[in-house]
Amino acid sequence: MAETVPSAEPTRRDFLLIATGAVGAVGAAAVAWPFIAQMQPDAATIAAGAPVEVDLTPVAEGQILKLFWRGKLIFVRHRTKAEIESAAKVDVASLRDPQPDSARVKEGHAQWLVVYGNCTHLGCVPLGHQGAYEGWFCPCHGSVFDTSGRIRQGPAPTNLPIPPYTFVSDSKITIG
Amino acid sequence: MEGHSVYVPKSGFTKWLEARLPIISLTHSSAVAYPVPRNLNYFWTFGAILTMMLVVQIVTGVVLAMHYVPNAKLAFASVEAIMRDVNFGWLLRYMHANGASMFFIAVYIHIFRGMYYGSYKAPREVLWILGVIIFLLMMATAFMGYVLPWGQMSFWGATVITNLFSAFDEIIPGVGTWIVTLLWGGFAVDNPTLNRFFALHYLLPFMLAGVVGLHIWALHHVGQNNPTGVEVKNICKDTVPFTPYATVKDAVGVVFFLILFAWFLFYIPNFMGHADNYIEANPSVTPAHIVPEWYFLPFYAILRAIPSKLGGVLAMFSAVLILAFLPWLDTSKVRSGNYRPVFRVFFWLFVAACVVLGWLGAKPAEGGYTLAAQILTVFYFSYFLIILPLLGLFETPRQLPGSIAEAVLAKKAKRAAPADASVNG
Repeated sequence: MAETVPSAEPTRRDFLLIATGAVGAVGAAAVAWPFIAQMQPDAATIAAGAPVEVDLTPVAEGQILKLFWRGKLIFVRHRTKAEIESAAKVDVASLRDPQPDSARVKEGHAQWLVVYGNCTHLGCVPLGHQGAYEGWFCPCHGSVFDTSGRIRQGPAPTNLPIPPYTFVSDSKITIG
Repeated sequence: MEGHSVYVPKSGFTKWLEARLPIISLTHSSAVAYPVPRNLNYFWTFGAILTMMLVVQIVTGVVLAMHYVPNAKLAFASVEAIMRDVNFGWLLRYMHANGASMFFIAVYIHIFRGMYYGSYKAPREVLWILGVIIFLLMMATAFMGYVLPWGQMSFWGATVITNLFSAFDEIIPGVGTWIVTLLWGGFAVDNPTLNRFFALHYLLPFMLAGVVGLHIWALHHVGQNNPTGVEVKNICKDTVPFTPYATVKDAVGVVFFLILFAWFLFYIPNFMGHADNYIEANPSVTPAHIVPEWYFLPFYAILRAIPSKLGGVLAMFSAVLILAFLPWLDTSKVRSGNYRPVFRVFFWLFVAACVVLGWLGAKPAEGGYTLAAQILTVFYFSYFLIILPLLGLFETPRQLPGSIAEAVLAKKAKRAAPADASVNG
């Protein structure tokens, strides 16, 4: 093999090595991109997330309606006077995820609580009207939610999140 | 390792082949002439048992994939069709489902054997770490396989386990959710999730086979550990050739293991499953008691013992990953637990802790159960991080035999003259 002479000056070979390496790295990243992006929700899954209308008239006081939007479970709860009061009178500062009840319902519609139906711990479906606060109780790992869907006891880190929705009329909402 | 004999091709064809691909001599040196410590006990047959189980799982799995449909609307019915309509489908499915459990029974015995006899110590650290990687791949494969029947336990197991990654939201908000959406391919566990889990469940066993190849390569390079933990000093005196000695002993182990397998398979095929998984997946109702398969229960108990989401998830993953650091956490120069009187006590306490954690993992997470799980979780990690490092410094081990042959002969002499043995202690 021919002897290579070490030189202080960068040679053409150094330049080629760095340039090829850089182009190769960019190329590898460009190829990796579609292979990772294909795992994200596809167009059909996203399209299935079109807004849904929910008629609230058949939901009696105290009842919890379950429905799906974007494949995710949603609870629509028609809260009783007592449930609204117990949610409102809580000292917000004492909560793990501090949020007043008024921030979790639409103004003038305090009887309607709309939340995602999967526990914020590991995603099980909590059981309605159960647990110390009569809100929800998750049977999997014991998280307890109040009548505002806020985490009160157990391992869940946050309150049940609220999906985007608006009141079309007093008895109809659009989710999404 | 240098073997007991060297393969010399005799016929024209084998000479021709050896000059081009020395595959016969490779097989000869690693499965015939390969020197095996002469004192191996039946705990050393689990490597062969595990290799067989991997083959069983791949063969039954490939056949099941010919009848299974990885679609959220059809998967559950296709599994029932396998059970009822496919010729011998019930047998193949029960072999695969119980095979997974048998695989884990064997791997846990194999891991505990390595931990007791110090098989992870130099020069076998890489061999051990490859084993931990195999264990991780097995867990991922088993988890994804359990999702495929699309029953209630499948669906909610998938939901809970994938949601573990949402705990990363507590470190950098949004990252956890991003990972979980990426795993699901949607906004909840659904058809895209089932589809990719099927593809990965088919892929991972072949990666597993690849790592098993590396594991065996590393084993054959450094040689097997043995119950004394003393290295082979003289191939002629300390070892016997793999064939027929180890081959036959492994075959005996395999046969007894197959008897146990067959007992589960033909008499109690659903013993290790959950009745809830015969209910089709329903994303609006979670079963009252969701528990993972038995082989995940100790880790599940650790997850639930920590009263914080992120903390629980980190503790659970650490409980597995800490195994990879075992070669450096155990500071003792002596390998085998047979010569470490104090280690032995802690080792069996550790085994008991793992079993009790497994039992607790199946109990509801409340009151006394949680407290017990917390105490045992602390013990689990203390074993690795406090007990093993300190024991090596303070424990006085018993006198090691000069060689494997010496240990074997001493045992024989003891058996021949039991009266003398009691006098000599």
